[in-house]
Amino acid sequence: MKTTIKFWIGIAILAILSPLGLIIPAYFKAGPASGEWGKGGSWKAPMPNYAFKGWEEKSMPQLSFAYIISALLGVGIIAAAAFILGKILSKKDSR
Amino acid sequence: MHIPDGYLGPVTCGVFYAVMLPIWTVASKIVKKTLQARQVPMLAIGAAFSFVIMMFNVPIPGGTTGHAVGGVLVAILLGPWAACIAITVALVVQALLFGDGGITAIGANCFNMAFVLPFVGYYVYRLVSAGTTDGSGRRVIAAGIGAYVGICAAAACAGVEFGLQPLLHHTASGQALYCPYGLRVAISTMLGEHMLVFGWVEVIVTALVVKYLQKQSPELLGKAL
Repeated sequence: MKTTIKFWIGIAILAILSPLGLIIPAYFKAGPASGEWGKGGSWKAPMPNYAFKGWEEKSMPQLSFAYIISALLGVGIIAAAAFILGKILSKKDSR
Repeated sequence: MHIPDGYLGPVTCGVFYAVMLPIWTVASKIVKKTLQARQVPMLAIGAAFSFVIMMFNVPIPGGTTGHAVGGVLVAILLGPWAACIAITVALVVQALLFGDGGITAIGANCFNMAFVLPFVGYYVYRLVSAGTTDGSGRRVIAAGIGAYVGICAAAACAGVEFGLQPLLHHTASGQALYCPYGLRVAISTMLGEHMLVFGWVEVIVTALVVKYLQKQSPELLGKAL
C-alpha cells in the first residue's frame, strides 16, 4: 500500500478517536479554555468549539459525535485548501 | 496554544500580522521553488495531520489549551517553509470555522505554531542528526529532540505574548484590559505544561512516524536533509 494512503488512514483513525480530546479534559475536570476576559471578537464561527451551533449543553455522546464530524470536515477542508495551494505554488516545478 | 480573541491587545495582534506577512511571502516564494508536484499530496496530508492532532487538546489553567502540533514532523518531511504554509492553513480554518484561536490572533498563533515551532524544531533536528545516515537511530532521537524543543519554544513565545499584555494594556488604575497574567506566571504556565505533558506527545508522535518511515518509505525522509 502506498505510504500516502496509509497516512490518510492514520488521519481518519485520529479523527474518529478525536473525542478523546473532549472526554479526557472532562474526566480531569479541566475548566473551559477561554477565560472571563476572552469574550471579545466580532466573528462568529459557524461551528464553535468543534460542535454545532447551540449544542453547548448537549450530552457527551452527542458532543463526541459533533467532534468527529468537525474533525472529518476540518480534515477535508484543510486538505483541499493545502492541496490547491500546493498545486498553485508547485505549478512551475511540474516539468 | 491557540490564543483566542480578547487575550492580546490590538498592538500585539497588529505586530504579529505585520511579522507574519513577510514570512508568508517568503514561504510562498521558497515553496514555489522547492515543492515538487508529487509532494503536493504530502502538503495536504501535513496540514490535515496537524489539524487533527491539535484536536486532542486539554485546557491550560488561565491560558489557552495544550496539545501537540505535529509541525516538526511536517518540517522534517517537507522542509520548514512548506510546514509553515501547511500549519497556517490548519490554523486559519480552525479560527474561521471552529472559533479555535481568535481571528485577531491569527498572526500571533501562526508566529508561534507555524513559524517558531517548525523552524526551531527542524534546525534542532538537523543539528542533532548531522552526519548520520538515512536509517540511523540518531535520526529518530534527533526528530524527538527537535519536536520537544520546537513545541516548547512555541509555548514560551505564547507565554511572552500573554505576559506582555498587563504591561502594555491597563486602565489608569492598573486593571488589565486583556490577558491579566504577568510574564512570570504566563511563561511558567505555558512552558511548564508543554515541557511536562504536551511536549512529550509531540516527541512520541514525531519519533514514531520518523522511525516508521525509515523502514517503510525512507525516500520521504531523505528530501529535507
